[in-house]
Amino acid sequence: MSAASLVSLRGVAKRYATGTLAVRGIDLDIAPGDFVALLGPSGCGKSTLLRMVAGLAEPTGGRIAWPGGQPSARDIGFVFQEPTLMPWATAQANVALPLELAGMPRAEAASRAASMLARVGLQGFEKAYPRALSGGMKMRVSLARALVTKPRLLLMDEPFAALDEITRFRLNNDLLELWTAERFTVVFVTHSVFESVYLAQRIVVMAPRPGRIHAELAVDAPAPRGEEFRTSADYAAHCREVSQALAAAMAPAAA
Amino acid sequence: MSEAVEGAPSEAPRPGLAMAPEAWLRVLAPVVIGLLVLGGWEWLVRAREIPPYILPGPIAIAQALVRDWGTLSASLLVTLKTTGLALLVAAALGLLLAVAFAQSRIVELSLFPYAVILQVTPIVAIAPLIIIWVNDVTLSLLICAWIVAFFPILSNTTVGLNSTDHNLLDLFRLYGASRWQVLWRLRLPTAMPFFLAGLRISGGLALIGAIVAEFVAGTGGNASGLAYRILEAGYQLQIPRMFAALVLVSGTGIAIFLALSLLSHLLLRRWHESAMGGGERR
Ligand SMILES: Nc1ncnc2c1ncn2[C@@H]1O[C@H](COP(=O)(O)OP(=O)(O)OP(=O)(O)O)[C@@H](O)[C@H]1O
Ligand SMILES: [Mg+2]
Repeated sequence: MSAASLVSLRGVAKRYATGTLAVRGIDLDIAPGDFVALLGPSGCGKSTLLRMVAGLAEPTGGRIAWPGGQPSARDIGFVFQEPTLMPWATAQANVALPLELAGMPRAEAASRAASMLARVGLQGFEKAYPRALSGGMKMRVSLARALVTKPRLLLMDEPFAALDEITRFRLNNDLLELWTAERFTVVFVTHSVFESVYLAQRIVVMAPRPGRIHAELAVDAPAPRGEEFRTSADYAAHCREVSQALAAAMAPAAA
Repeated sequence: MSEAVEGAPSEAPRPGLAMAPEAWLRVLAPVVIGLLVLGGWEWLVRAREIPPYILPGPIAIAQALVRDWGTLSASLLVTLKTTGLALLVAAALGLLLAVAFAQSRIVELSLFPYAVILQVTPIVAIAPLIIIWVNDVTLSLLICAWIVAFFPILSNTTVGLNSTDHNLLDLFRLYGASRWQVLWRLRLPTAMPFFLAGLRISGGLALIGAIVAEFVAGTGGNASGLAYRILEAGYQLQIPRMFAALVLVSGTGIAIFLALSLLSHLLLRRWHESAMGGGERR
């Protein structure tokens, strides 16, 4: 285990009560400030892995260690595939939730939530209810909520999968911008080769049944990345490499 | 970060005037039908010279309503009090019990069957027992109305408390929320539309329960509600007065429903689909 890791997984396995072995033998180190993409086909245990790191599910084998100390409730941010907002609360109240749950006075939580909303480009929408927001805007609120506690680790489970491509590209850029500025650590689950290459420094390719790590690839493209990266030869080469790894992971022979 | 607004909110708020034709139709159509039926009724009664003790016309009923307003309004108040109180107790107890169910599976498993029994037993069948057991007539009427009104609130709220979004529950867990915080900030708001839907059903049921119990109790005196007026008018063959009391019962039912719908709308309009501008609803 590298002492520098933020979180370190060793031989982690998860068998559900139903008997499904979701993942097994997961060895993974996540360095502070890293942007790791978890890439794999549906059902290979990406969500399971993310939930175990978040502490929302217990591994049934192996261990998850935090060399820098066990994370507190405010150290981890989570973004789900759906925006997962409280429909009865305004955008600002949704973002303030983690702070208020931690006991922060309302006024202070509200002002921090408002400035976080501004950071994700939603200034002026503080009082809007989720119903009145577009899918992309809801996802921004969700992102703001995950970041409002200034977490060390941001876990994202296919956060932009339900959005149209134009909106997704925009959110990709904005996420990269935030990450470049704040340097929190990101684990980003996706089933899109292109999204993983565009965003991540490191791509962990998973194989299904049972879920396990098939390969790890570095994306040594320069940060900050912008739209011009999407059309570069570098990007295309990485996409090809990752696609091949994914294809190999899914081939029956790989099992 | 760059400008981020990807397009305006999907449903732009409709200006009030754009809905006017639809809204007018909604009011006008039933009113026209009602007037036609009333007119036809009055015509039939006059043309056939039907005696008022068989079928009084709408005008005779209206006259009876005005003439007997003193006694009828006093009875209306009695019935309204029973109904309102029963609904209030049903709402409070239903909500409390539903919360208890949501907090403890054991409590739910052991008590829910009895709530069902209470619900499926016809109130007409148990009202006599309750009236015998409970000495106070007002209280026994209240209990009958409560029994009928209680279940929809309990079962709806229970469903509501249990339909909390799983990801939101995970989120609350992630941030170390206490049981109380989960209940107060997540489960109860989720259950709110369900509770209000139950309340709307129970409002009408409480009135029915109160009327049924009054029929069974059949007591006179100063504590007599609308059902007693109906019985009394029936014995005395004062059929127009009987109809007048009936009109008051229906009117009360409609008023309760409208009031609870309004309450529900006011509480939910900002966020819940069911309370969105009435335009595209049935
Ligand atoms: N709560 C659960 N109980 C039982 N089995 C589960 C549970 N959650 C997931 N599984 C199973 O574990 C396996 C991995 O599921 P998981 O949701 O982690 O996959 P995933 O990679 O996130 O898939 P997707 O890309 O579709 O989201 C699947 O076979 C799934 O059926
Ligand atoms: Mg998943």
